[in-house]
Amino acid sequence: MIALPAAVLKDIREHGRASYPEECCGALLGALRDGVARVEEAQRMENASPQRRERRFEIEPRAYLCIERRAEELGWTVLGFYHSHPDHPAAPSAYDREQALPFLHYVIVAVEGGRPGEATSWILSEDRGVFEPEELLLEAPGSV
Amino acid sequence: MPKIHLPTPLRPYAEGAASVEVSGSTVSEALEGLVVRHDGLRRHLYDEKGRLRSYVNIYKNDEDVRYLQQEATSLVQGDALSIVPSIAGGTAEAADPSTLSNEEIRRYARHLIMPEVGLDGQKKLKAARVLAVGAGGLGSPLALYLVAAGVGTLGLVDFDVVDDSNLQRQILFGTGDVGRPKLASAAARLKDLNPNVRIVAHEERLTSANALSIFRDFDIVADGTDNFPTRYLVNDACVLTGKPNVYASIFRFEGQASVFWAEKGPCYRCLYAEPPPPGLVPSCAEGGVLGILPGLLGVIQATETIKLILGNGEPLIGRLLLVDALTMRFRELKLRKNPACVLCGPNPTVTKLIDYEAFCGVSSEEPRPEPGMPPADALVSSPAMFGRIPAVTVEDLKAMRDRGDAFVLVDVREEREWAISDLADSVKIPLGTLPQNLEKLSREDEIVVYCRSGARSGNAVQFLRQAGYEKAKNLAGGINRWAERIDPSLPRY
Repeated sequence: MIALPAAVLKDIREHGRASYPEECCGALLGALRDGVARVEEAQRMENASPQRRERRFEIEPRAYLCIERRAEELGWTVLGFYHSHPDHPAAPSAYDREQALPFLHYVIVAVEGGRPGEATSWILSEDRGVFEPEELLLEAPGSV
Repeated sequence: MPKIHLPTPLRPYAEGAASVEVSGSTVSEALEGLVVRHDGLRRHLYDEKGRLRSYVNIYKNDEDVRYLQQEATSLVQGDALSIVPSIAGGTAEAADPSTLSNEEIRRYARHLIMPEVGLDGQKKLKAARVLAVGAGGLGSPLALYLVAAGVGTLGLVDFDVVDDSNLQRQILFGTGDVGRPKLASAAARLKDLNPNVRIVAHEERLTSANALSIFRDFDIVADGTDNFPTRYLVNDACVLTGKPNVYASIFRFEGQASVFWAEKGPCYRCLYAEPPPPGLVPSCAEGGVLGILPGLLGVIQATETIKLILGNGEPLIGRLLLVDALTMRFRELKLRKNPACVLCGPNPTVTKLIDYEAFCGVSSEEPRPEPGMPPADALVSSPAMFGRIPAVTVEDLKAMRDRGDAFVLVDVREEREWAISDLADSVKIPLGTLPQNLEKLSREDEIVVYCRSGARSGNAVQFLRQAGYEKAKNLAGGINRWAERIDPSLPRY
C-alpha cells in the first residue's frame, strides 16, 4: 500500500499536465512505516529518453544516484517513481514491467488530451512476472 | 576488499544493507561474490542467460564500467562499486500491438482459443481503429462490444447530453448519467469495461467541414445515426476516404443493416440515390422504436466490424439484411453497385462533401435529439431556417390564449399520443387524416397547429397553406416545448 498526501498527488498531476504530450517522470521520497510506503515528497526528474518521449521515459543513472543521496540526507528513502501515460490508461505496459525493479512503487497517472486523470500504483511481483496493483491512499492535509 | 553500494530497491535482498563488502579483483568477480552471498539478488541483476539486465548500470567510483573494461574492469583495495538502476518505462505502443500483456491474455482468453481469432486476430483487434458516429441506441451496444472485444482505438462522435428518454435503449448510460454529456459518461463506462482501449471523443456535430479529418484517423466507420443528412454525410465521407461504412438503421420493430464499401461493393447512394421527401419517413423520435431493436442491430454492426478487422467470414457487403422483430424473420436483399452512382460510379459528379441538410430538404422546426445533428434550439433559433414555415412560439400561444384571441388550435398527433399530454380545446386531426378533414377548418380562421416537437405540424402547415388556409401557423417546438417552458406539469416524451 502506498500513501500520498493530496498535495503530492496534485504536484504529480500538474507535472503530467505540463509535460503533455510527453511523459513526465519523478521520484517518490519518504519512508516505509508499518508496511505502508508513506510518500513525503515527489521530486520532478528529467525525462532523459533519447527518443519518443511521448511513449517512453528514462531517468539517467547519475540522476538516480543524486536522488538517492538527497533522500538519505533527508532521512528518507527512494520509495519509487511516478510517470505519466499521455492518452493512455493508468495501467503499466509490458515495457514498464520489463524495466521495473522489485520493491519500488510505480505510480502512473493517465493524462487524457492534456487533462490528468486516474492515478494508480503498482509493484512488481517477486518472480518479475506481473505488475500487481496496490492500494493508493490519498491523505488529506494534516493527517498522520 | 571492494565495497558494493546497493540501490534502495535491492537492499531487501541483502538484509537491508546499503553496501556489502566482497572479495574479487574484477567487477565480474565482485558481482559474483555478491550474488553468492545474497542469492535473491541474482534474478534482478542477471537475465535468464546470465547477462546483466539492461537497466543495471555498474559504476566504479564515479565511472560507468561500460566505458572502462566493462565487467573485466579491475578493482583494487578502496575501490567502491555502485549498482545504479536505470529507471525507465513507458506507454504500450498503440501503433505496435505486437504484444499482449498477461492481463490482456487473461481477458481475451475465450477469443485466443478460437481458431478464427487466436493471438493474431486479437492483435489485429488491438491495432484496429473504429469510429462510431453517434453514441445512441445503435452506438451503445456497438461501443460496448467493440471495447469488450479489445478493439484498440474507439472514436465516438456525439455532442448530446443524456436524456431520460434515452435510457429505454441506450445501454451505455444509467439513470445517474441523465443531464451529463454523453461522451463523458460513455468514456467512463467504456474505460471501466476495458482500460486497455483508447477512447477518442469527438464532442461535436459531424459536419461536412470536419468529417474528412475525423475519418482520416480510423480504419472503419460504423454509422449509428438516425437522420438522413448525417447518414448521407457518413456515406459520402467514407467513399471519399475509402473506408468501409458499417451501416444499420431502425424503426419501431424493424431494422436493416449492411456494409457499404465502395472499393468492394455498393455504397448507400447505390441503394438510395436520393433521400425520401422530408417527413415521409418518420424518425425514431417521431415514430418510436422498440428499445431492444437497436440492441439487435448494433450487435450486428459490431459483428460485421469485427469480421472486417479479422478479415474473416463473409461480410454484409452487397447484401441488405432486413430484420423484422415482430415476426422474428431475417431477410436478405442483394445489392448491386450502381454504375450510374454519382458518388462511387465511374463518372462521379459528387467529389466533395456537400450541404446535406439542403440535399435532404430538412424541415427547420424538426428538433433533433439524434446524434450527429445540432441541438433543437440551435436550429429553431436560426432565423434563416426558421423563416420558411410561419410559426408562433409557445410564449406567443400562451399570450394568445390569455388574451382570449380567436383562433383554432389543431393537434395533428396520433390518438395514442393524446393520453400522454394534451392542450385543452384543441381540434384533433391526426396528420394522415388531414386531407379528409379539411372541412373541419375554415380558411378565414387563425390556425395554430402543433404536434410533439413541431416537425409533423410543420408539414401540416405547409399542406394547409397550399390548400388556401393562409392563416395557419406552426407551434415551434410542439407540445414538448410548451411543457418545458409554459406548463411544467405536462410530461415531455
